Amino acid sequence: MTAITETAPQTAPAGNARGYWSTVGRRLLRDKVSIACALILLLILLSAIFAPYLHLADPYQGSMIRRLKPIGTPNYPLGSDELGRDMLARLIYGGRLSLLIGILPVVLAFVFGTSLGLVAGYVGGKVNTAIMRTVDVFYAFPSVLLAIAISGALGAGITNSIVSLTVVFLPQITRVAESVTTGVRNMDFVEAARASGAGPITIMRVHMLGNVLGPIFVYATGLISVSMILAAGLSFLGLGTKPPEPEWGLMLNTLRTAIYVNPWVAALPGVMIFAVSICFNLLSDGMRSAMDIRN
Amino acid sequence: MLVYIARRLVYVIPIVVSVALVCFMLVHITPGDPLVAVLPADASQELAAQLRAAYGFDRPLPVQFGLWLWKALHGDLGNSIATGRPVLSEVLRAVGNTVTLAIAAAIIGFSFGLLFGLLAGYFRDSWIDKVSTSIAIAGVSVPHYWLGMVLVIIFSVQLNWLPAVGAGPGGSGQWGWDWAHLKYLVLPAITTSVIPMGIVTRTVRALTGDILSQDFVEALRAKGLRETQVFRHVLKNAAPTALAVMGLQLGYMLGGSILIETVFSWPGSGLLLNSAIFQRDLPLLQGTILVLALFFVFLNLVVDIAQAAIDPRIKRA
Repeated sequence: MTAITETAPQTAPAGNARGYWSTVGRRLLRDKVSIACALILLLILLSAIFAPYLHLADPYQGSMIRRLKPIGTPNYPLGSDELGRDMLARLIYGGRLSLLIGILPVVLAFVFGTSLGLVAGYVGGKVNTAIMRTVDVFYAFPSVLLAIAISGALGAGITNSIVSLTVVFLPQITRVAESVTTGVRNMDFVEAARASGAGPITIMRVHMLGNVLGPIFVYATGLISVSMILAAGLSFLGLGTKPPEPEWGLMLNTLRTAIYVNPWVAALPGVMIFAVSICFNLLSDGMRSAMDIRN
Repeated sequence: MLVYIARRLVYVIPIVVSVALVCFMLVHITPGDPLVAVLPADASQELAAQLRAAYGFDRPLPVQFGLWLWKALHGDLGNSIATGRPVLSEVLRAVGNTVTLAIAAAIIGFSFGLLFGLLAGYFRDSWIDKVSTSIAIAGVSVPHYWLGMVLVIIFSVQLNWLPAVGAGPGGSGQWGWDWAHLKYLVLPAITTSVIPMGIVTRTVRALTGDILSQDFVEALRAKGLRETQVFRHVLKNAAPTALAVMGLQLGYMLGGSILIETVFSWPGSGLLLNSAIFQRDLPLLQGTILVLALFFVFLNLVVDIAQAAIDPRIKRA
């Protein structure tokens, strides 16, 4: 949140004008950990998207005589699951749903939460009170409990799981957006825009959005890690994806009984969730320190 | 101080009512009839109407909410549809086991979190800092239900040292403070502790770093204080924020135990919630969530008051 004050145009000595964001970009590119994480995430994402072109086994095709093969079995590089389906194919295909249900709630919450927070912070007064007191109510629930409560009431399914996680993250992003907006609202350049006759919509869109998006964006990327864990967790409980879809949380659930037969194959889907989650966390940390120009 | 406590108590009332409203509404966002779990598939219209009247589902929503809240205030959360037993007694029995688990996990998670956080913040950029921050980031990123599975694979399946599931020999669910019971607690408690450990480490590290860079530390050193005494000042300044974070984490452990309790079949509120969801036992679902959320609100209140008690600056704000 300290970054907002730095976005004011004091960074530009005439002649060698280098914008705030390009400075942040250059600092990020020098951060080896962030680059490595971005590459890993890109690899997982691209292989999930282009899975049909990777000459993988059919992720739905089981085989009753080839169940729970260990890692390294010929034709089954990462073994096979409890129904004899190829684990490598299921892990790669699994990325499609897992990433979707993990990332989409944060994206939705980012869009709606930023709008709500911007309005609350800019308009202030009763509107602010109404929005922020509603947000407070949701803060009275631990996030896992809220996700489970909504998902449990709505019933299993991908859409319901995305809805419930969006509701979980919406208040958090709204709160951050509101506090950032309140900070920017009273700055001189907003006053100047108002004095020169800009309407509230123009001020919010042109003058404020650019200054508040950065910190909210970084906060939201940090949430993706939690969201991935929770989304897979809902599926793990049986509240998200339904079989036979490949999805990491659900795979972990159906393979739970296999830990006595072939434990390391059963643990594989969790490795994927862990990898994605830790990469998003490290990337978010990297962005945060890249945006903190003072260091 | 009393004024501060009174003011915080007044703030809590609307939150409690809203929390109750959210819990109440849960039943009504459910698709289909809330009676779906008890009604036989071929039930007649009259039977359905009779049952609806018996449970009060035929009245207008605000009336239903008022009645439900009034009863809840008197400790009556209705009866479980699946077992017919009072919801409150079922929930309270289960919450006891969850509290045991959460406190064990808090002891592990907070001690390591404080240790790693202080070391990392004090020796910033040293190898201790790098190791601590790596452990912390792994702790906050790991899907804990998976970690639970991995620990079971290692310590129960492969090494056969600790039991994989349950909360005591014979699956009685009756807790006791002896090794026969405690060994059931080890794996779930360690699994639960990793997230708070990571978060406390990260918070305390940042706090320590901030405090050490302040001018008064320079002044203390200039005054000739030994490093251990400087350290005591750092601790004192970090305590209020660290305490708040730990309180919040304890609340998360109590309320968010469903995944871990499912992995370990730990007979707490999370496992109860799980069975309420899958048996579509809505009064039980509603009641469990209400009790857990109120626990969380109460814990937050206690943390706020404790924070104000040790840091006089907060009261004035």
